[in-house]
Amino acid sequence: MGKFLDLTANGVATGMIYALIALGFVIIYKATHVLNFAQGGLVALGAYFTYNASVTWGLPFPLACVLGVLMTAALGVVVERLVLQRMVGQPVFAVIMVTIGLLFMMNAFIEAVWGAERLNQGDPWGLQTVRIGDVALEHRELWAMGTALVILAAFFAFFRFSPLGVAMRATAVDQEAATAQGISPRMIFALSWGIAGGVGAVAGIFLTTGSRAAEPAVGLIALVAFPAIILGGLDSPIGAVVGGIIIGITQNLTGGYINTNFEDVVGTTFDRVMPYVVMIVILLVRPYGLFGTKEVQRI
Amino acid sequence: MSVSTPSRRRLRNLRMPTSYADDLRLLPSRWLRVSVAVGVLFILSLPFWTPEFFVNESVWNRLWVTIGIFTIGALGLNLLTGFTGQVSLGHAFFIGAGSYASAQFGAEWGVPLAGWLLMCAAVGAIVGTVIGPFALRLRGDYLVIITFGLVIIGQHLFSNWDSVTGGGSGVNFQAPTTLVPGVDFAEITLFGHEFSRDEGFIYLVWLVALISIVLVKNIVRTRPGRAFQAVRDRDLAAEVIGVSLFRYKVGAFAISSALAAVAGGLFGAHAQFVEPTQFSIFLSIEYVAIIIIGGLGTVFGTVLGAVFFELLPEVVNKGLEFYVPPFVKDPNDPLATKGVITVDNLEQMLRGLVIVLFLMFEPRGLAAIWRRVKTYFLTWPFSY
Repeated sequence: MGKFLDLTANGVATGMIYALIALGFVIIYKATHVLNFAQGGLVALGAYFTYNASVTWGLPFPLACVLGVLMTAALGVVVERLVLQRMVGQPVFAVIMVTIGLLFMMNAFIEAVWGAERLNQGDPWGLQTVRIGDVALEHRELWAMGTALVILAAFFAFFRFSPLGVAMRATAVDQEAATAQGISPRMIFALSWGIAGGVGAVAGIFLTTGSRAAEPAVGLIALVAFPAIILGGLDSPIGAVVGGIIIGITQNLTGGYINTNFEDVVGTTFDRVMPYVVMIVILLVRPYGLFGTKEVQRI
Repeated sequence: MSVSTPSRRRLRNLRMPTSYADDLRLLPSRWLRVSVAVGVLFILSLPFWTPEFFVNESVWNRLWVTIGIFTIGALGLNLLTGFTGQVSLGHAFFIGAGSYASAQFGAEWGVPLAGWLLMCAAVGAIVGTVIGPFALRLRGDYLVIITFGLVIIGQHLFSNWDSVTGGGSGVNFQAPTTLVPGVDFAEITLFGHEFSRDEGFIYLVWLVALISIVLVKNIVRTRPGRAFQAVRDRDLAAEVIGVSLFRYKVGAFAISSALAAVAGGLFGAHAQFVEPTQFSIFLSIEYVAIIIIGGLGTVFGTVLGAVFFELLPEVVNKGLEFYVPPFVKDPNDPLATKGVITVDNLEQMLRGLVIVLFLMFEPRGLAAIWRRVKTYFLTWPFSY
């Protein structure tokens, strides 16, 4: 039981990071109906920008984080303005492929500037662990949970109460009606990309600090948020958070129980694949995710 | 100006289809028949010459083997995505399945060439038939995500099914290349010219590519092709008018992955070594890029796309010999003191950029550009 609790608690910490990435997907999907593969690239770039600011430029870590988040958010807006804005009205396929092309480019850009090797950011959170009964949590994980909670709370408050947040929700529900109320969809689209870039960067920082390191593959690892948003439904922010946490717990429990006990059957790194297996099963049972809106088809 | 004289009209009939019956023909015009013949002759001539000003002999030969392999795989993807509208990122998985099938059947069991190629196709078709039903339940974004997951799971399978795939360290193997006794594609001698292994593979790969092209062309111009396109344009409407979604969606997946597996088999047999990292999502993206650049829903465009996408790095390499931009590391300078990005990175970035630019400015690909240029010259001096 102790092991189970420990794995679950650690899974929640990982899951909160996934929830941030998933939130980035969902915000863009809700506002623009674009399935954004480049989100993985934004997560990785956020991590590298922060690395650059803290290690290469020698800035203090908190400042580097803020800078990294701002730069990634700005990049998100630029990408939206330069590329995605021109794709409005194109077929779904074309838009998805554009974001995949962007992921391809971001990946190459990272390898070009920072190289393919693992870069250690150091341990800004400290290496100590906190023990509560059987549960041992690293400081990084506590920070991740705390930060994610604050950010998620801030966003739900933002969507619920601020005029801009309400404008974003209005655009998501009915773009024409929102436009008639004086809301500029172009601004909303750019804003959603900026937010997605920002939260992605935060996730990226947590994915690459402490015992982990920045490497180009982070862009692909971040795509594990796909199972999370499938679980939650593509257009449900709450679903993204719930899905992210479930995927985090699933992954950790798989690593703790199945990986070690059934290594001969499933291989050593089955925990990396498990989210996708869960995703496929869920999609077969409920093709629009657990909390997603069912699309109505007409001829 | 009496442009529409009978002779002029006849001239035009040589070059452009003028009736629906023409549209259904395999080779509608004499102009096309001549072009195909020229194309085949070009391929046949490849082992005998090398444009030395561009690349050296070994690069040139390997380039055309690669283009051929990518053409076969991309034809499969274009049938699935371009003609049937089922967007799939899972192609890398099917390619990988074919590669390991060639290692198992060709090298391990010693099945002769035609046999193991067919077995690769069978493996692909079976895997495709298993995956296909997903497309019945999911569409659009969700299908993209699930095929993406398929590649991740596939890579895990390839790295852990040690007895067949050799695990993470890959598998070395020699698949037979003898078609009939006396014709070994690894050792051809023609007109006194002894072919190298790569040169022999050009013939082998393009022979298979030609068969695939004819196969796909025949599928798309007949009843199944029209059914595929009906499914693409509106699957519900297609079902209402009597097109079996089950048969055609699953069928498209089966044919597409069979072609992918054949491409994978040839890839493995040529490289003589495969490992799981080769079948990552980026391979799928390369294939998607080829059909986007070439033109979705065109057979000719697929070939153009493969040529363009694989030639691009070589052209970049050649260009760098004349001018190295300050931000690129000089490939001839081992210390590479100045510049930030390596040539590999530059090529990968350009490939990503090409995908984005084509989607933004010419979503119908090279085939559309080709058609426009052709129409311009054929209808000159009129614009239509």
